[in-house]
Amino acid sequence: MCLAIPGQVVELIPEQPMLVKVDVGGVRRNVNIGLFEAGEIGLGDWVLIHVGFALSKVSESEARDQLRMLSAMGEDELALEEVRGYTFDADVGVLS
Amino acid sequence: MMKYVDEFRDPALIATVAAEIKRSVDPGRHYRIMEVCGGHTHAIYRFGLRDVLPDNVELVHGPGCPVCVLPTGRVDDGLAIAAEPGVILTCFGDMLRVPGTRGTPLELKARGADIRMVYSPLDALKIAHEHPERHVCFFAIGFETTAPSTALTLMRARELGVRNFSVFSNHVTIVPAIRAILDSPDMRLDGFVGPGHVSAITGCRPYEFIARHYGKPVAVAGFEPLDLLEAILMVLRQIRAGEARVENQYRRIVPWDGNPGALRALAAVFELRPYFEWRGLGFISQSALKLNAAFADWDAEVRFAIPGVRVTDPRAAQCGEVLKGVLKPPQCKLFGKECNPEHPVGALMVSSEGACAAYYRYARVGEALEA
Repeated sequence: MCLAIPGQVVELIPEQPMLVKVDVGGVRRNVNIGLFEAGEIGLGDWVLIHVGFALSKVSESEARDQLRMLSAMGEDELALEEVRGYTFDADVGVLS
Repeated sequence: MMKYVDEFRDPALIATVAAEIKRSVDPGRHYRIMEVCGGHTHAIYRFGLRDVLPDNVELVHGPGCPVCVLPTGRVDDGLAIAAEPGVILTCFGDMLRVPGTRGTPLELKARGADIRMVYSPLDALKIAHEHPERHVCFFAIGFETTAPSTALTLMRARELGVRNFSVFSNHVTIVPAIRAILDSPDMRLDGFVGPGHVSAITGCRPYEFIARHYGKPVAVAGFEPLDLLEAILMVLRQIRAGEARVENQYRRIVPWDGNPGALRALAAVFELRPYFEWRGLGFISQSALKLNAAFADWDAEVRFAIPGVRVTDPRAAQCGEVLKGVLKPPQCKLFGKECNPEHPVGALMVSSEGACAAYYRYARVGEALEA
C-alpha cells in the first residue's frame, strides 16, 4: 500500500488547480495535487502517486527507478490497475 | 548468494555496501534492527536482502502494515456499517480479504452486502455524489502516508455539502507504535530503519525521541535494495561509533520537516484518539486518528451505532507475536498450513506488506531453491 506509483503530469486543468492529468505507463487519469502549494506542480513534472494523490515531486530518473522497482517487485501490474481504477473527476476531485 | 539482488541494478555498488556492512559489525555481537514499514518488509524478502547481510545482523519486521495492525473487532465494526440499510461500504482492495469474525468483506459482499473496492477515497466520495439516495461509508485505513488523502476528501465532502458520505477512520500513527515496541520488555532492538513514504509526510523529526530517549539509531530509508542496505549500514555505523541519531537515507523523497500541506490537512480534519487497539500490540495511547468535531457529520462512528466489541485473535494464530517481531512468520503454528495467501487466517497473510505473505511468497521459494 505504501509503494507509490510514478507518473508524469501531461495536462493541467486551469479551472481546477488541484487536479492534474497524469500518465502512468500509458494510462491517463486525474490525480489530486492538493498536498502541494499552488503552482508547485507543473506540466511535465514527475510525481509519486498514492491513492489518487500526488505525494512527492521527483526527477524523471527517480520516477524511472521507482517504476523499475515496482516491476522488480511484481507490483507494476497492480500499480497500473490502481491508476486505471481512479474514476474521480472535477465533480469531487478538487477543493475549489 | 545474492539470489534476487543481482537481477537489480548496481550489483557492484550493492557488493560494496554489503562489504562495508560486514566491516562495520563486531563478529561477536548480535544486531537486531527493525524495519518499521511493511513496504520495506516486502522489499527485503523480494530482493533476498537477508542473504547479503552477515548472519549476526537480524532484521525484525515491524508493525507498519495497515491491514495487519487492524484488530478483528474493527473489521467487524466496519462490516456492521455495511449491514445497515442503504449503505454502500467502500474500501481499498487489501481490506476486502481481511477476516472478521463472520467472514471477510469479500465474503459478506458475496452474501449480498454492498461492499465496493475503491483505489482512492475520492472515488468513494464520487460514488456518494452519484448516489444521493444511498449512504456511502469509506473504511479508511493507513498510516500518515494515506491519512492526508482521507483528510482532503473529507474537506471536499464538506465543501460540496455531500451529506450521504462518511468515513470510518482507522488511520493510525507510527510513532506511538514504535514507542510501545521500545517499551515492551520482550523486545531488544539495536536500531531502526525508518519508514519511507510515511516520513515523506511526517518528516524525520518525530523519530528524534528514539535516538534521544532510547539511545537507538534510526535511518529513514527508500525501498530499493541499495536504499535499504545503505540505511542498515548507517545504523550499524552509529552503533559502532556509540552514537544515536536520526539519519535520512531517502533524502530524494523525504524532506526533514515533512510535507507542510499534508500536515495542515491532517490537523484540520483529525484529532488523536485517547487510545486505540492494535493487533499484537494491544491498546496504545494517542496512536490513532478520529475525525474532529468539525467533521462529526461525516464521522461514521457518530452516525452509526458501532458494536465496538473487542475480539481476540484465533487462539492458534500468533499474528501478534509476529507483528511485534518476537516470532518469525514460519514459527507460527498455522503458517503455510491453515493460514496461507489463498485462505488467510490472520491479516499478516493478506497484504503483500504483511510479513507472513512476504515470507510465504519469497523466502520459501528461496529455501526451496537452496535445497
